[in-house]
Amino acid sequence: MRINRIIIEPGKENSNYWKDILNYRSLFYFLAWRDILVRYKQTAIGLLWSVLRPVITMLAMCFIGWLFDSPLPSGIPRLLLVGAATLPWQFFASSFSEASNSLVTNANLLSKIYFPRLIVPVSTVIVCLIDFLISFLILAVIMLYYGFVPDHKIVFLPLFLLLAIITSTGAGLYIAALNVKYRDFKYIVPFLVQFGVYVSPIAFNSADIYNSERILPILKFLYAMNPLVGVIDGFRWCILGDAIQFNVPAFLISVSISLFFLILGIWYFRKTEKSFADII
Amino acid sequence: MSEPLIKVESVSKSFLLKHQQGTPYSTIRETFTAQVKGLFRRSAKNNFQDTEEFWALRDVSFDIYQGERIGIIGRNGAGKSTLLKILSRIITPTKGRITIEGRVASLLEVGTGFHPELTGRENIFLNGAILGMQKDEITRKFDEIVDFAEVERFLDTPVKRYSSGMYVRLAFAVAAHLEPEILIVDEVLAVGDSIFQKKCLGKMEDVSKAGRTVLFVSHNMATIAALCNKTILLDKGQVLAVGETEKMIHAYLNSGKKNSGENMDDSVPDPEAKLKIRRVRILDQNLQSNAEVHNETKGFIEITFEVLKDGRGYDLAIHLTHLQHGPIFTTCLKDSDITKNDVRSWRKGIYTYRIELPLSILRDGDYSVNASAAIPKVEVLDQFKYETNFYLFDTISPVAITTEGRGGAILPVLEWSETGYQQR
Repeated sequence: MRINRIIIEPGKENSNYWKDILNYRSLFYFLAWRDILVRYKQTAIGLLWSVLRPVITMLAMCFIGWLFDSPLPSGIPRLLLVGAATLPWQFFASSFSEASNSLVTNANLLSKIYFPRLIVPVSTVIVCLIDFLISFLILAVIMLYYGFVPDHKIVFLPLFLLLAIITSTGAGLYIAALNVKYRDFKYIVPFLVQFGVYVSPIAFNSADIYNSERILPILKFLYAMNPLVGVIDGFRWCILGDAIQFNVPAFLISVSISLFFLILGIWYFRKTEKSFADII
Repeated sequence: MSEPLIKVESVSKSFLLKHQQGTPYSTIRETFTAQVKGLFRRSAKNNFQDTEEFWALRDVSFDIYQGERIGIIGRNGAGKSTLLKILSRIITPTKGRITIEGRVASLLEVGTGFHPELTGRENIFLNGAILGMQKDEITRKFDEIVDFAEVERFLDTPVKRYSSGMYVRLAFAVAAHLEPEILIVDEVLAVGDSIFQKKCLGKMEDVSKAGRTVLFVSHNMATIAALCNKTILLDKGQVLAVGETEKMIHAYLNSGKKNSGENMDDSVPDPEAKLKIRRVRILDQNLQSNAEVHNETKGFIEITFEVLKDGRGYDLAIHLTHLQHGPIFTTCLKDSDITKNDVRSWRKGIYTYRIELPLSILRDGDYSVNASAAIPKVEVLDQFKYETNFYLFDTISPVAITTEGRGGAILPVLEWSETGYQQR
């Protein structure tokens, strides 16, 4: 029998960390499974909620875009333009906020059992991913309704989904670790998410910003720093085809911010993780 | 001798205690103001005046070898739980080093990670995964776990409907079937009934016979004595002694506060409770509480209980356990007049009974006394939460006089009658 040696020392990196995550791989699945099983207990319409929420958001966003008469790329119905943005946005918003709170809600686990802590926030992202995949059916229905057929670029969609996952996981890990010590983040996170609705291209199109002459270049740069801009632009580009301009430099800015958060998140999480059980 | 399985080298753990009331976690504002103050005043010390360093463990070292069953005893706050948490890798030590060869499974609390809304079946999988099992491993052991926990009928019931006994049975079953090289168990078995406790102890013994190692924390000396072949005695975060369980228990019972041979329970009873055991005492020949009894005189156990609701068929039981040799006897109130006491109706009030110990057959050593009340075959009424300990000195038996060692749980002096002799 192969024996694995564990060495416990203060300040020492756990050399088995990634191997441990592999050993505990079932836990990703089971924690996500638990959250899904439990979530809709004692609700009347159950699973319908994961469809209803994005639909309502989508309609509201459509209405806002229509009200302010935001320009439509040629040949794209508004519902489709907004829909292609709402779904990744919803995914980010829910996975980011749930991952941020995940350690605190699972405090009893952290203080009584060892397992690689990284699994907790990541498994909440998995739950939201499943929601996302379900809600993607809505988009399919809309496309069917308008008789819209996406072109070959749709094959790149998984890449942008991966970018969305990276963004929410990175930011989620960072905030989750901070939240253990500073409960202020319980209040900051909903605010950030609310703010994100206004500065992300959901009701409007990124091209409107980049092509506008009234907006200062510095503001355009700041706008591109929102990692969600890259994600949403990418989704629209894949789904809606040539009508969507793809601003490559702006996209690269977004992507680098996403990657920065991923590295920061993992680094900070790993650095503070050992003291979670002491202070949670 | 082979390499130790667990090597603990001068491990210490400190916590920062905040003296101010409030939340244990900080807010950004506090940290920020502390930083700003630090900028202006060189002595940032002022900010930390209200915190104090508390050493839960100090310089703890010991080795554990494969297949050992280790008990960890000590008073509240001695650092037992901290030690277990460090060994289970939940918290990290402040100083020192621990080397563990093998997989560790720990059961520090009943049903950690159980979700009340999920069914027993679902929780077995969830809990198994939390403890580090893979899905196919859990599937393979599923029947065994269910069998051990005796919850077949309730597999598809949410565990929030489980009794606490079922809950702990299921939790223990999952942890015990993990097949870890090292099994760490905190005081969790107290919840189950005595049959299940026995089953758990048996399982832990099996686990250690299979070459695995068990670490066990309990306040119940009888359980420690029954299970562990080696014991670590902790006091105020330090290892007082490591050695044979019997000696450690004796050292523990005689350390610190003098054992008075008396335990009281003044707590407010459950409104539904019919009976509550209030006090258990060990009395010497002068009918004074005493934790030391000599077999040349007399010794008694006295039990005081309160009947809270009028009723019929109440029975009291006293369990005497020798800490080295295990259970000696259980005596019941109704034994003394079985026809009358079986139907006796009880009125509200406080009753006291005294039982004389059969000192002539008991051997020397540490004993523990547990008390419980029940309506036999109907319901358990109360279980006294304290274990009352005493030491029996043997000064008069033939064994004591000749100072020879002798095995066995009791030491009766029996009559030997010569019934035959043939000269060769």
